[in-house]
Amino acid sequence: MSDVREQFRPPNHQHEHFLLTTVVGSYPKPNWLRNSRDQHDDAELSDEDWEEALDDASRLITLEHERAGLDAVVDGEMRRTEMVEYFAERIGGYEFHGPVKVWGHNYFDKPSVVEELSYEEPWLEAEFRYTDEVASRPVKVPITGPYTLASWSFNEHYEDTETLANVLATLVRREVEVLVDAGAKYIQIDEPALATTPDDHRIVGDCLETVTESIPADVRTGLHVCYGDYSRIYPEILEYPVDEFDIELANKEYEQVDVFKDPPFTKDFAPGVVDAHDASVESIDTIEGNIRKALSVVPPERLTVSPDCGLKLLPRQVAFEKTRNMVRAARNVEEKLDEGIITPDA
Amino acid sequence: MKRIATTTGLYPLPDWAKSQLREQKGRQRDDLISGNEGEDVTATYDTAREEVIERQQAAELDRIVEGQLRWDDMLCHPLAVHDAVEAGGILRYYDNNNFYREMSVQGELTTTGDLATELNAAARIAPDDARQAVLPGPCSLADLATDEYYGDEDAFLDAVAGFLAEEVRSCPAVETTLLLEPSLAVDPPPEQAETIDAIETVAEAATGEVIVHTYWGTPSTGLYASLLDASVDGVGLDLVTSASDVGALGREYGYPDATAFGVVDGQNTRIETAEEIDRLLDDALTDADMPNRAYLTINTEAFYLPFGRFDRKLAALADAVTPEEVAP
Repeated sequence: MSDVREQFRPPNHQHEHFLLTTVVGSYPKPNWLRNSRDQHDDAELSDEDWEEALDDASRLITLEHERAGLDAVVDGEMRRTEMVEYFAERIGGYEFHGPVKVWGHNYFDKPSVVEELSYEEPWLEAEFRYTDEVASRPVKVPITGPYTLASWSFNEHYEDTETLANVLATLVRREVEVLVDAGAKYIQIDEPALATTPDDHRIVGDCLETVTESIPADVRTGLHVCYGDYSRIYPEILEYPVDEFDIELANKEYEQVDVFKDPPFTKDFAPGVVDAHDASVESIDTIEGNIRKALSVVPPERLTVSPDCGLKLLPRQVAFEKTRNMVRAARNVEEKLDEGIITPDA
Repeated sequence: MKRIATTTGLYPLPDWAKSQLREQKGRQRDDLISGNEGEDVTATYDTAREEVIERQQAAELDRIVEGQLRWDDMLCHPLAVHDAVEAGGILRYYDNNNFYREMSVQGELTTTGDLATELNAAARIAPDDARQAVLPGPCSLADLATDEYYGDEDAFLDAVAGFLAEEVRSCPAVETTLLLEPSLAVDPPPEQAETIDAIETVAEAATGEVIVHTYWGTPSTGLYASLLDASVDGVGLDLVTSASDVGALGREYGYPDATAFGVVDGQNTRIETAEEIDRLLDDALTDADMPNRAYLTINTEAFYLPFGRFDRKLAALADAVTPEEVAP
């Protein structure tokens, strides 16, 4: 599975070892973008100017990711409101009734499915094309998976979550085909809802089969899951048709890392090495420690380094410093691996 | 059978309060309620509490709850405000897309008076209404928390039960006390005797009719039978997620005199009609001994709902207890 990694190694990479560094996706929006959104909502900013603001923010964060040194970048999902809401706004058959709590004072407009769902327009094609154009690094495209879209909607129409998820899987597959046609080489399917209802891993697997069946072999696919008891989905997830698993582990200080050792992990492993919900910036040393713990699961050629989850709730400077330290820590570990100071099973 | 319209508490904040509190408190882990909030935050919660009590009064519910709007950590809130408890990383709240902070008990669980402060505030707003206390049952609270002080599971459960009992003793009198015990259905405890002891410890300290409400499933048959024998006044059962299992329990063991039925879905925006609620109840009561008092409620906590839909659910509950007009 690891041969789809090499396309992300930078041409001027200084080490023999290569730990692919990336982010999960979301990033804090600049304050001026929030202000522009308010002005646009109040009809004080034209559609044209709002589009320009979105392009500017997308370019800014893409370049901020490059400045942090990431090997595969995202535009921080500047055009997206939220990981379910954004897609539901573009799918026929949804309605919105207002914000609901996720945790603390973090909310989202959880949509309600009120009739048969339909694919009406591309969801992420413009975002990908723009980011790909302004980026000098390869672009990763995170897309919310069908099971999460189903589970995190109020289902007023379909018989059950499985039926709804299967309908959404056909719509996500259609979008993934659009992205691949546009040149996307790294697609991450976000299924955090799997951690909420681990007994549904078969439904998620069926949906992933549908979503990925037309993806060419040279396109890297990942699955992101977070904040759950992984022992309830492992090793079943090894059967899923993706190259990489991206999971949160730093939040609880790698307490669950041993789950992935028995049976041996057979895919690429992308554990979070910085906490996405703690505003203190981890030192490079601390992050190196986390990377070394991850190396006890897979060898370096199958390790991807990323944060626990999207960084959008952090102050922007904190998000940048975490990302920058994460890349520096990865490069330090590569150097130590090259020099034999640490061994792959450290 | 008398029908009583009530709710399980833990309401969604009104939308204005959501944004205001986000500004006042922030949205990181350390910004959540720890029991020492400042005057501005307290004032916002006071206004929001008044609003949700007025909504219940406007809907003409038979029991008025405080709303538990401050419970950022959901059922773990009573520990979040305790000095001997350390709040850590975020954990998934049962199998939901919701999170609370890991509550690690580091010292003796003494009384905080936090629950009493909230219920006194509600009593000032609704002095003449039949009020209902809502708190976690000891099994769910112990299940959600982490013990780093008491040493073994039984000692910890005892301590949590004793702590809740003391919190309840300092509260003003209420008509009904609802102990929310989702863990009894989701993650049934192996030791039934200890479970029942813990619940009785809290129930004996509480005022009014004490009901142990379960949801996201049903208790095992053995546990249900033990609850019927326990010194509590009633049991709550979730007809939204588990109608057929509830019906089976009712037919085999009967329902206690006071039974709470979760008849309105706290996790779906679709608004139930009075006819649908009647059908759910009829099915549950077929071939079973009828309780004297049926509390009709939202099955789960209510914070999963958008505020507007939550408000309509209150009306749906009130409609379900209003006798149909009979043509002359």
